[in-house]
Formats: sequence, structure tokens, C-alpha cells
Amino acid sequence: MLGAFFPTRHDRRLIPQARLTGPMPWVIAVMLFLTLLAAAAALALGSAADQINADLAGRATVQIVNADSDARQRQASAAEAVLRSDRAVAVVTRVSDAEVRSLLSPWLGSSALSDDIPLPSLIDVDFRRNASDATLGRLRDALAEAAPDARIDAHGQWLRPVFELIGTLRWLAIALVVLLALASIASVMLSARSSFAAHAETIDIMHLLGSTHQQIARLFQRRIALDAALGALIACLLAAPVLWLLGRAATRLDSGLVSAGSFGPFDWLLLATVPIAGIALAVVTARMTVLGALRKKL
Amino acid sequence: MDSIVQFENVGLRYGTGPEALSDLSFTLFSGQFYFLTGPSGAGKSSLLRLLYLAQRPSRGMIRLFDSDLVTLSRDRMPGFRRRIGVVFQDFRLVPHLSAFDNIALPLRIAGMRDADLATPVREILDWVGLSARGDALPATLSGGEQQRVAIARAVITRPDILVADEPTGNVDPEMAVKLLRLFEALNRMGTTIIVATHDIHLMTRIKRAQMMRLEGGRLFDPTGALRYPPKPSDLRGWEEDKG
Ligand SMILES: Nc1ncnc2c1ncn2[C@@H]1O[C@H](COP(=O)(O)OP(=O)(O)OP(=O)(O)O)[C@@H](O)[C@H]1O
Ligand SMILES: [Mg+2]
Repeated sequence: MLGAFFPTRHDRRLIPQARLTGPMPWVIAVMLFLTLLAAAAALALGSAADQINADLAGRATVQIVNADSDARQRQASAAEAVLRSDRAVAVVTRVSDAEVRSLLSPWLGSSALSDDIPLPSLIDVDFRRNASDATLGRLRDALAEAAPDARIDAHGQWLRPVFELIGTLRWLAIALVVLLALASIASVMLSARSSFAAHAETIDIMHLLGSTHQQIARLFQRRIALDAALGALIACLLAAPVLWLLGRAATRLDSGLVSAGSFGPFDWLLLATVPIAGIALAVVTARMTVLGALRKKL
Repeated sequence: MDSIVQFENVGLRYGTGPEALSDLSFTLFSGQFYFLTGPSGAGKSSLLRLLYLAQRPSRGMIRLFDSDLVTLSRDRMPGFRRRIGVVFQDFRLVPHLSAFDNIALPLRIAGMRDADLATPVREILDWVGLSARGDALPATLSGGEQQRVAIARAVITRPDILVADEPTGNVDPEMAVKLLRLFEALNRMGTTIIVATHDIHLMTRIKRAQMMRLEGGRLFDPTGALRYPPKPSDLRGWEEDKG
């Protein structure tokens, strides 16, 4: 198994190559660094979307606006009853007038908030699960009958454009990961082909001395494995502090509204597979390229 | 006597050119010593290339080790090649490997460990008179020295067949005779030997050798290999191409 990665001293002499000064480790390092960033972005956007969903999509506010305080109270009670009787609703909380007043005071000034300024009645609703459009429609209909001045706002709906943006960005990040993988495959293929061409005479001799295609492919795949491992190491060393700083910045962003996506252990595990997958991809690509070129020989 | 190589109506054409080899039908027997002669361009190297599986014939049938080469699967080719030692006309040493490593290459390909191959490689280096030059790169060796490395590499595995293309072209007569004795020793141990050469003096050295002569891609004696010493008629045309 390890033999697939470590060329023997003799192999290194057979297919010599300028170590480190060659461009391959650096190309792989840059590719993997960018892949790590894109993958991290995809993961962070995914967890941010989940968080916002959990925080907001399961909640709604019912607002009753009527200048007549008695009518408002009556409608509020009726609305509360409607909401409590619905199976999709978990918790219904009437926001007291005092709370509404304190919420509004920063904008209106406490002196203006006397009893003669009509305030809306607010009812917070927590759904058992994220409320579907059908659920919201049903509640809207029921409320229209019981409390004509009630308006229901699902929190998730305000944020739909934000959601869509996050979703688009996430797909973009995933597409970047795929594109980077394709570009890496292409550059490994080019490098394997040119290395194969540079050593055509040696390969020809080995072939005539009875080397199997597997033996020859192994020479190249070991070389590229070392290059790729070196590139992966460089990429990880570059990416780790960058990701750590970004993660910290995201945690600071943490507002009352949303707790922004930060990486859990599973996310770190997924990120750790990126360099490993990169090395494996490089080795398999080099192997396939060389075997393909050898197939033209007798 | 067991046949080891059989050609039947073999023809070889490079690309769209004329046939370099035509209507070759002959049998080589196991344990024999063959010389292949003929003027330059007669097709000696081409015939040897067919023998060491560097080339497929354009037509005809070749049997090697009792297998039909035309239908032989690719997976089995490396195994066949390992049973054939080759001294290439242009040596074909790996330029960045030392003389020692070039000679060890067939053993390494066969999977022998470094610890086990040092002794046989030193032994054969000694045989070809290069024990002091084991670490030298091919570029730093003279033509004759390179040729001896190429011969050492071809015989190190004690192959079933040894194919040598002008193996003594670059060495002095004394060394040529010495190398020929190496071939003879190998032959006595059972290796079938096929040597392409212009050197008639070399041919007279091996009394039991047989001679095949190519001219313009055809066997001079279509019935097959000739017995040495050849009759005067067999050597007709020899004088023209010896220069
Ligand atoms: N790779 C090739 N492509 C095209 N033609 C070739 C090739 N190799 C050989 N030939 C042609 O085949 C013919 C036989 O060549 P070959 O090398 O077999 O001759 P030879 O008997 O070994 O000659 P020499 O004694 O000079 O080594 C020649 O006419 C040569 O031009
Ligand atoms: Mg020739």
C-alpha cells in the first residue's frame, strides 16, 4: 500500500526529475488551496442556511392593527384561539402591550407612547415544523374570518431573497470545487504526458526488457504522489490560518438574528478529505494517463 | 530437437514502404547457435525485432516458445520478453543509470531484491572486464565498453533465447573473441543464441554454429538455416558486402 507512494532509490534514478524546483507541487498546492477555500465556503453557506432556517422559518408574527382598543383586544383573543387550535402551531405567545411599547420606544420616543396612540397587538407563533405555504394560507383564511384586522408574517418569507442568494452562492462554491478538480486533472495529465514523453527512451527499454505496463505506470504514479503530497501539505499550511481567521470573523458576526455558520467537527473532517482526495485524484490521473499511453505500444 | 522459433511465410512492411522482409519460413531449434548475416539493409535487425517482440509481422505466422505470437495476449508479452535477452545494435542503455544499474535492470524488473542482485551483477561485470567501471554512466564509457554493458544486461537473467545485433561491432578482436566465449558458455547451459554479424572471422570461431543469410529481405537459402562451415556457393555474394 505505502509502496504506491514511495519511489525506491532506484526508481528515482530510473525516472529522474527535478524535485521541488519542478512546477507540479506548486500547481497542486494552489489548486488544493483554492479547493479548500471553495469547499469551506460551500460548507459555511450550507450551515448558515440551516441556521437561518432553524431560527426563522419556524416562526411567524400575527399583527392586529385597529385604532379601537376594544375591538383590537377582542380580535387578538379570537386570533389567539384560532392559532392555538391549529395543529401546525406549537407555541402561541401574546406580546403584552408593555413589551410592544418598549420595542417601539427607541423609534417613537417614550413620551409619545401614551395610551391614546394606538399600538398594534402582536402574537408570536412558533410552528412545530417549518411552516409551509399551505399552512400559512390556511391560517390566513382562518384569521381573516375570526380577526379581520390580523396580518400574519412568516419570518422566513422576509428572508427568502437572502435564502436564495445563499443557495446560489453555495452552488457556485460547489461548482468551483468541481471546476478546480477538473483543472487539476488536466494539469496532472499534461505533466504526466510530458514526463512520459521525456522518458520515452527509458520506457521503451524497460518495455523491451519485459516490464509490465503496471510496473511502468507505478514509477510515474509514485512520482506524482510525492509531488501531490508536497502540494497538499503546502495547501493545508496556507489554508488553515485563512480558514481559522474567516471562522473567527464569522463567529463575531453572530447576531441575535442569526448565528452565522461556523465549522463543526464534521465540517473539519470533510475539509480534511480535500487534500487526501486531491492526492488520490492526482495518482489515479497519472496512472490512467500513463497506462493510456502504454496501450499504444505492442 | 525441440523447435523454439518457427516462421511461416512471414512478411514485414514498415508503414507503406516496400516489404523489408518477405516470405520467411524457417525453424530454430532449442539450444542451437545461429549466425545471421547479410549485407547492410538486408533486414537482419528487422528479423531480430520480430524475434524479441518489438514488432509484429505484417503477414505470416510466428511461433515462439510454442505459442502463436499473432494471437498471444498482451498480458503474456512481458513474460515472453523476460525469457529473451537482447543486445541492441545501438545498445539502448538507460543514460542516467550507472553500468551496474543498467545491468541490474532486468533482474529488478523480474522482482529481485537489491540484496540478492549485487553478486550476480558484480560477477558479470567482471566477465566483461568492467569491474572497475560499475559506477560509470554510459556517456562516460567508450563505445566498446557500452557494448559490453549491453551484453552483460542481455545475459544476466540467463534467458532462454539470446538475440544479439552486431554485438562485437565496437570492440577489438581480442574482446570480440572473449565475448563470443561468453555466448558459447551461455549456449552450453542451454540458451539458444542468434547473433547478427558481418564478421566472418567471428563465425568461424564457433564450430557448431549454423548460419542464416538474408539478402533483400529474403533468406538466401529458402530451405532454412545453413550448416557451418558453409559450402562455397553459400558464401556467394559474401565478398561484396564485407566492407
Ligand atoms: N523503423 C523503420 N522504418 C522504416 N523502414 C525501416 C525501419 N527499420 C528498417 N527499415 C528498413 O528496412 C530495411 C532493413 O533494415 P534493417 O535495419 O533490418 O537492416 P540490417 O540488415 O539490420 O542492416 P545493417 O547491417 O546496416 O544493420 C532497410 O531497407 C531499412 O531502410
Ligand atoms: Mg541492423
